[in-house]
Amino acid sequence: MAERYSSFSSGSTRWFLQRISAAFLVVTLAFHFLLLHFYHHAPEITFGGSAARYSVPAYFVTMVLFLAAATFHGTNGVYNALVNQGVTGTPKRVAKWVLIVAGILVFVQGIRIALTLMGASA
Amino acid sequence: MSQSHNRGLVEDFGRWREFSAGMWAWVFHKFTGWVLIGYLFTHIAVLSSALSGGAAYTNTLQGLEQLAVVRVLEVGLLAVAVFHILNGIRLLFVDLGVGLDLDTQEKSFYASLILTGIIVVASVPVFLEGL
Repeated sequence: MAERYSSFSSGSTRWFLQRISAAFLVVTLAFHFLLLHFYHHAPEITFGGSAARYSVPAYFVTMVLFLAAATFHGTNGVYNALVNQGVTGTPKRVAKWVLIVAGILVFVQGIRIALTLMGASA
Repeated sequence: MSQSHNRGLVEDFGRWREFSAGMWAWVFHKFTGWVLIGYLFTHIAVLSSALSGGAAYTNTLQGLEQLAVVRVLEVGLLAVAVFHILNGIRLLFVDLGVGLDLDTQEKSFYASLILTGIIVVASVPVFLEGL
């Protein structure tokens, strides 16, 4: 019978959220690459073009959710990887809080950028 | 019902010559994940130029895109992202109990690698356009 190997403890909330965010990111990360590298080309990205995209509510909401999912999935993934490597005790607690603070900072900064771009087109 | 056997620690990278396909998949998924979270922080830092005004944002992004090394790194980022997405889909299916047997898991890992290679090679002209 096949062996099941997972880095995570099945059944926990973080385990579930890691998979939900993964499924969402599969779609949004592919969309992000296709839109900004194949439909629009990266060297042609301008403030005006970005502002126009962020003025569309559906795009704005999608990008905010994309940022939230990527931040959670990434920081939680790093935490899981560290735990897998055997980090325990105080280093584990320090890693947890550093990742939480770093995640909040990058999310807040991303929201500031999104709001700036959305407001610029008004 | 799952069954386990002792195959040693996958976290012990010194054993890399003994790694099976599934262990390589695990290592590649971790590595690409580290790169992607690192890039998220870099990406937000670069886009923060928007807070300094429209000209700063446009000049920063277009200035970076004029550098060949940035274009090459973007191809690398695409490779990392595509593999993480494809292998991630594979892992989601495994978690749902689809394709659980080792043979299918190995084949789907190799398929992820090959598909990543094809997509990246086909995308190179787009990423290097205008250099």
